[in-house]
Amino acid sequence: MLVLNEDQRMLQDAARGFVQEKSPVASLRKLRDQHVADGFDRALWRDMADMGWAGVLVPEEAGGLGFGYVGAGLICEEMGRTLAASPFLSTAVMAATALSRAGTPAQKDRWLPAIAAGEAIIATAVDEGRKHNPAKTALKAEASGNGFKLSGEKIQVADGHVADAILVAARTAGTPGEKDGISLFLIDPKTRGLSTERVATLDSRGAARLTFDDVQVTGADLVGELDQGLGLIEIVLGAGRAGLAAELTGNAQETFGRTVAYLRERKQFGRTIGAFQALQHRAAHLFCEIEIARSAVLSALQALDRDPADAALSVSLAKAKAADVARLAAQEAIQMHGGIGMTDAIDIGLFAKRMQVAAELYGDADFHADRVALARGF
Amino acid sequence: MDALEAFRRDTRAWLEANCPKEMRSPIRGDGEICWGGRNWTFQSDAQRVWLERMAARGWTVPAWPKAYGGGGLSHEEVKVLKEEMAAIRARSPLESFGIWMLGPALLAFGSEEQKKQYLPPIARGEIRWCQGYSEPNAGSDLASLQTKAEDGGDHFIVTGSKIWTSYADKADMIFCLVRTDPAAPKHLGISFILFDMTWPGVSTKPITLISGKSPFCETFFDGVKVPKANLVGTLNRGWDIAKYLLTHEREMIGGGAGGLLGGRSPGQVAADEIGLDATGRLDDAFLRTDTARAEVDALAFALTMARYKDEAAAGGRGVGDKSSVLKYYGTELNKRRYELMMRLAGHGGLEWEGARSNDGELPRAWLRTKANSIEGGTSEVMLDIVAKRLLDLPSA
Ligand SMILES: Cc1cc2nc3c(=O)[nH]c(=O)nc-3n(C[C@H](O)[C@H](O)[C@H](O)COP(=O)(O)OP(=O)(O)OC[C@H]3O[C@@H](n4cnc5c(N)ncnc54)[C@H](O)[C@@H]3O)c2cc1C
Ligand SMILES: Cc1cc2nc3c(=O)[nH]c(=O)nc-3n(C[C@H](O)[C@H](O)[C@H](O)COP(=O)(O)OP(=O)(O)OC[C@H]3O[C@@H](n4cnc5c(N)ncnc54)[C@H](O)[C@@H]3O)c2cc1C
Repeated sequence: MLVLNEDQRMLQDAARGFVQEKSPVASLRKLRDQHVADGFDRALWRDMADMGWAGVLVPEEAGGLGFGYVGAGLICEEMGRTLAASPFLSTAVMAATALSRAGTPAQKDRWLPAIAAGEAIIATAVDEGRKHNPAKTALKAEASGNGFKLSGEKIQVADGHVADAILVAARTAGTPGEKDGISLFLIDPKTRGLSTERVATLDSRGAARLTFDDVQVTGADLVGELDQGLGLIEIVLGAGRAGLAAELTGNAQETFGRTVAYLRERKQFGRTIGAFQALQHRAAHLFCEIEIARSAVLSALQALDRDPADAALSVSLAKAKAADVARLAAQEAIQMHGGIGMTDAIDIGLFAKRMQVAAELYGDADFHADRVALARGF
Repeated sequence: MDALEAFRRDTRAWLEANCPKEMRSPIRGDGEICWGGRNWTFQSDAQRVWLERMAARGWTVPAWPKAYGGGGLSHEEVKVLKEEMAAIRARSPLESFGIWMLGPALLAFGSEEQKKQYLPPIARGEIRWCQGYSEPNAGSDLASLQTKAEDGGDHFIVTGSKIWTSYADKADMIFCLVRTDPAAPKHLGISFILFDMTWPGVSTKPITLISGKSPFCETFFDGVKVPKANLVGTLNRGWDIAKYLLTHEREMIGGGAGGLLGGRSPGQVAADEIGLDATGRLDDAFLRTDTARAEVDALAFALTMARYKDEAAAGGRGVGDKSSVLKYYGTELNKRRYELMMRLAGHGGLEWEGARSNDGELPRAWLRTKANSIEGGTSEVMLDIVAKRLLDLPSA
């Protein structure tokens, strides 16, 4: 059934109420204007953890809520509506997925309760080049002692600048482009040889550029299987992509809602501009597109709840569609607001900037449309 | 959940035992559709047997009440039935305007007598219906129609003409919008009546379309005597029924047009006809990009149709004005899909006559899809409805 159940609807209502009260768009502005280095508000993150959000995907026995991907997606969607900044996606969605599925008992004991309590932030470092492509992982992991020495670079690591631990995709064998030979490690960002540079991003949040210079890791730092990490990485990315798709539909719905409200109030040529059919039809078309994207997102989240290892097509469908639709929503919002839409004073531009980051991260619409096509046999 | 699983098991077994082998392949073109009706000649024994067996279970209209020839199935059970039919590629046993449009309207607005009289023959495929809505000067502005039905005591006298009446020349009966009060505001003087196409005064004239096929007619009424018992609902309040029926029609057109079931998707056709490169990608970058985006939209659209139906079932209501979303998106998508099919076919899509191309099946289908965004309300009218009813934007 492509509808929310009672519990999910309650979570949605609670999440909406919470972000609108505690984290309206004005909070993001404040973070930006005050140049808060973290790129998010730690007190707010604690409040979110108190709501149980940090543990939304952590199993109940490890102190989490075990609410599943639909629940996580609903929270992402609401955050997309107010541009709430938090380590939710990196930590509560992606790292929780990685560790609960593939962590060693020691890793689980150490990190899962800490994630659920909102005490640990964990980033995932995959990308190295201009465009997302996990199979092209080149960061080198050479056997050394009872472990490996890592050298190379990771870019655009979301929340990497504030992380207590970092999941790193590294090449333990093979050459860039090959699916085999990639492994995932969980490392301490203070390890010698690892330098972290904060990058202020377009969306007024933060990411890190990580440079690895013979960073020593041990076998105990390995998450999942040696050389066979890509499958796990894809599952972790799948969770992140679906979360971003949900955020993008939240973003699109909010900019669209604001645009329709503006169409109802702005007067030109002696009438409200919302009465002009040229604008009505574009607004109606955009509404249809958003409806289509929402279905794809809900279906992807449900597919993840059924089996994250078998959700790749659904997730790519959702990310491809949501990214294209959110882009259209941002463009139309600016255009239909006229000159005022170009100003920093109203929020539309902030939505457009967050859209661009979310659309690009972990594969843009082209990347995912390509995957859909391959999965469909062409 | 267990009951539903049991239903699935039984349905699968029944379909396996009862669906003839010949009925387990996608329908190719209009010629293979079973429309039924008084004068219907079955294309094969298999087609007849399949219809009879499905009708006997009420599965030509699985969601209708059993009392009216339906299957009395729940929303969930209908879904299971459709899934199981799709799994063995079973054809639809019967298509008809009676099922898509008139039936739901009669269930909502008809008297008990009318339901008993008209619904079971629709379910069994015995009576074929056509839709008398549009007139030469009342298309998008449907409520401005002029065909009049004057009071003749125990009957109406219907005079006027309709246009674009699909299959009027093959239909047994017509559901028709007529003006019963010329003095009233245009929405308040319309009634919804049913009558027989063989009655004196009814005549039809085919209209040839750009596809070269002609299932369309002009329909003329010259003093047709229609008993008052054939009025559905309240006199002069036919517009409510007309609108209700249109939401079903739109949902159906949108859904049927956008779906990927039955035939192959453009992506699959492309893979077969154009071939793949060493990485498994279509060997034509431009076509692949367009096809991939269309595939994304088609899959997401199919999910939206499913979501709307699930939402409607959960809320115990119909899809309502959101049928305009489906109608608009599904038909525009279908046009895109056939544009792609023509590009994929290349020179192969240019042949109009001759056995090799099955008399130009593809280009004719391509041309036919151009009507998808016109029939049942144009895309512009759908966008107007979305803007006004779903987005609450002001009128000019
Ligand atoms: C970067 C920038 C620089 C500028 N520089 C200057 C400058 O130097 N000097 C100066 O005088 N002005 C300047 N302008 C103002 C510019 O000319 C106006 O923004 C523009 O004319 C649109 O007017 P508006 O912003 O009031 O939008 P509105 O008129 O409020 O329009 C809002 C939306 O409604 C639509 N709309 C309005 N009327 C209709 C209609 N009849 N039918 C259909 N749609 C309609 C518009 O297309 C738009 O999408 C600048 C604007 C920008 C963004
Ligand atoms: C293949 C086919 C089968 C059909 N089958 C049937 C049938 O069985 N029974 C039946 O009754 N009818 C049938 N129709 C008729 C169909 O419902 C009408 O064609 C349709 O409602 C459009 O009306 P029209 O053709 O008069 O176009 P018009 O109303 O003249 O429209 C012409 C153009 O103007 C645009 N337009 C009109 N009003 C507006 C507006 N307010 N704002 C913006 N644009 C506008 C339209 O979108 C269209 O692009 C069929 C049509 C076709 C093509």
